[in-house]
Amino acid sequence: MKSKLLMVALAATVFFSCGDDDESPSVSSTDKQDVVDNYANIVYATYSDALSTAEDLSTAIDALVADPTEINLEAAKTAWLEAREPYGQSEVFRFYGGPIDDEDGPEGQLNAWPLDEAYIDYVNGGGTSSIIQDAANFPTINKELIASQNEAGSETNISSGYHAIEFLLWGQDLSDGPGGGERPATDYDVDNCTGDNCERRGTYLKAAVDLLIDDLEYLVSEWAPNGAYRATFTASANLDSSLEGMLAGMGKLSKGELAGERMFVAYDEKSKEDEHSCFSDNTHRDIVTNAQGIKNVYFGSYTRVDGTVVSGAGINTLVAILNTSLNSELETLLNSSVDATEDIQAPFDQEFLNDAGRARIETAIDLLRQQGDKVAEVSALFGFTLDPSDI
Amino acid sequence: MRLLQYFLFVSCLSLLACGEDDDINIALEEGEEFSGGDVTVSDVSVNAFGNPAPNLEGDRDLQFVVGNSFFNRNWVTSPSSTEDLDGLGPLFNARSCSSCHFKDGRGRPRLSPDDKDPSMLYRLSIPGTSAHGGPLADPNYGGQLNPLSILGVPAEGDMEVTYQEVTGSYADGTTYSLRKPTYTFTNGSYGSLAAGAMVSPRVAPHMVGLGLLASIDESTLMAMADPDDVDGDGISGRINRVWDFEKETQAIGRFGWKANQPTLRQQTAGAFLGDIGITSSVFPEQDCMDSQTACKESPEGGEPELKESILEKVTLYSGTLAVPKRRDWKDDVVLQGKRLFLGANCSACHIPKVETGYNADFPEFANQTIRPYTDLLIHDMGEGLADNRPDYQATGAEWRTPPLWGIGLFKIVNDHTFYLHDGRARNLEEAILWHGGEAEAAKQAFVQMEKQEREALIKFLESL
Repeated sequence: MKSKLLMVALAATVFFSCGDDDESPSVSSTDKQDVVDNYANIVYATYSDALSTAEDLSTAIDALVADPTEINLEAAKTAWLEAREPYGQSEVFRFYGGPIDDEDGPEGQLNAWPLDEAYIDYVNGGGTSSIIQDAANFPTINKELIASQNEAGSETNISSGYHAIEFLLWGQDLSDGPGGGERPATDYDVDNCTGDNCERRGTYLKAAVDLLIDDLEYLVSEWAPNGAYRATFTASANLDSSLEGMLAGMGKLSKGELAGERMFVAYDEKSKEDEHSCFSDNTHRDIVTNAQGIKNVYFGSYTRVDGTVVSGAGINTLVAILNTSLNSELETLLNSSVDATEDIQAPFDQEFLNDAGRARIETAIDLLRQQGDKVAEVSALFGFTLDPSDI
Repeated sequence: MRLLQYFLFVSCLSLLACGEDDDINIALEEGEEFSGGDVTVSDVSVNAFGNPAPNLEGDRDLQFVVGNSFFNRNWVTSPSSTEDLDGLGPLFNARSCSSCHFKDGRGRPRLSPDDKDPSMLYRLSIPGTSAHGGPLADPNYGGQLNPLSILGVPAEGDMEVTYQEVTGSYADGTTYSLRKPTYTFTNGSYGSLAAGAMVSPRVAPHMVGLGLLASIDESTLMAMADPDDVDGDGISGRINRVWDFEKETQAIGRFGWKANQPTLRQQTAGAFLGDIGITSSVFPEQDCMDSQTACKESPEGGEPELKESILEKVTLYSGTLAVPKRRDWKDDVVLQGKRLFLGANCSACHIPKVETGYNADFPEFANQTIRPYTDLLIHDMGEGLADNRPDYQATGAEWRTPPLWGIGLFKIVNDHTFYLHDGRARNLEEAILWHGGEAEAAKQAFVQMEKQEREALIKFLESL
């Protein structure tokens, strides 16, 4: 009796191990190489688009400062909004110590929030001691000054980047209800100057966009086909750590940063202007483009600003081999979460004040949180441990 | 024959086990790796101090996220569009909590004279006491030096530190060198410090397990105290009685380098005001002295500047960071180090094991067996460490026993190993050697140890 049971047990063991062996799915390093290479192409294309749209913004700003009409101001604002579209999709390239946010990375200088607007220019009820208003203490405004002031006091991130430019185009948001800032074009009109120091304001604006372009050029060069960081990232010896970084960027942006830091905190505190693009009321697009960026990485596809598509093997091709159902769960979540973020109505700072809007935001937050946890499950397939709450 | 071999083998094993049994029973305790009881996590990454307690109830994990966010965010000059986050300064030390408590970890002193990134501050006072029995602020600079300011307001000044190497030797002849700091006030914008002004440097402590410490019953603290050294072991241990500003009454102090804060809420509000210049319901008055007119005239970011809900969430966050699990707690050398730690009576103040009681703010943390290695009491640490600045009932030579849980992870989390209240110790060995006063005997025991024993003791501390 005993030996019979033992035989059965042994047979079962053998059977199971055979089964495992036959079906044990695996991905080859060639598969991984394709995914990592395609990711590098997408990063490069996304940063290249961020750079070209920033250059368009620079051109529009030059036109505004040369001829400060309302039409030129509107054109510059439109250029800013367009420049945010690729940049928002690039944020999934963060959180693993890549060129954007390694020790010397420009992330803080590019995208700092909240902005210390009173440090830059006049604000309602503020004094005259801002960089633009205080010519005695800040005789020369240039990008070096902006970069150095941005670092004053050790950790600040307050006076440069997209949001500094946004503030200089839209002005302080004083609205109680909907509406962003209402800076007049005459703030740049040296002959009919409003807000004082119009020439210095124009100089600041141009220097801020120059600095932005410098930083984006650096990112493009690191990820270019012959770029230094890209060479390391795509090297065959580093495929696993690169894949781990890609998943970390997806998971952490999804759950910790976007669902948590950028959406839940505003949702929970219901604070007016607790939103990243508060001057332009463009926060709803920040959310959509962040979510879209996560999807881009997983599916291995990015639609460029000119409409062409960069695509190839995505992480989904690997996960489809390793665990079909997990892959389709994550694919479904990625599609639903982007849809849910698109449902959020502008402006975001009004959306979290009404019940229907809160429900829409909550739906997106829930999906993004689930999505972050699902990315962690996918990471485990590859043997990585990822805490998507940790940002 | 085979059977015989088997039995022999087994009995050999038993013999070995017996041989080590006595030592192991003394040193190895079941569950001692869980330093924070149920509030322990096994993360040993750079984020080891940043995890929420795993047993938070209800939606408190989400409140933790919000608190974390406001702990990390930079405050900005008022008036701004982001009105929840404006009101920085006018005078301040940092723009965010996390700039000093980086990764919820430990601050450090300047690494060089032009290092703009120290994560410590200087408390100031003059002889006498405030109406509540606390330190009396310097008339020109207040209770804390603020080296930063918003535009248009002169920053207060700075403190320069120089170190002098002081050598000594162990019983076995090995020499060591300690660096003795000297602090000099420089670039003062509001005149000189008052005559007899006292300065106390303090690095930002790591943040883990504070809610557990808040949950230790007062009766437990009183039982550990021995203010008159009745047991004659040379170690007193006193409770610092401080002012609770909301309840307007005296309370037992348990947080801060001198145990000068009674609750995490007051500690948090105090740090917001003193360090970032943010007023709150607890401390509604901006900290501008009479001579600081630009400071007084600066716009406020709301009255108070800190929303009540945010104060509550940051306080919750501060109290619910989990304690990292110990590493290598079964390692033979670590266990030897633990025996030496106990044998040298370091454990008289660094109490290894404490039971928590109940604190309504942290119900999850009730009745936990924790291993904080502190008694939360103030002890005379001798002339070498004295800041000579009394703080409520703490004398200028007394310091609160700092909790030791997590200290082995500073290198990973904060990339340094500076210890003690002003970071003068460059490693754990130096930290021990600075001990004096009530800890003199324990220090001497360390000095008498063999090199291998000293290393074992350090290895034990690094496992915490």
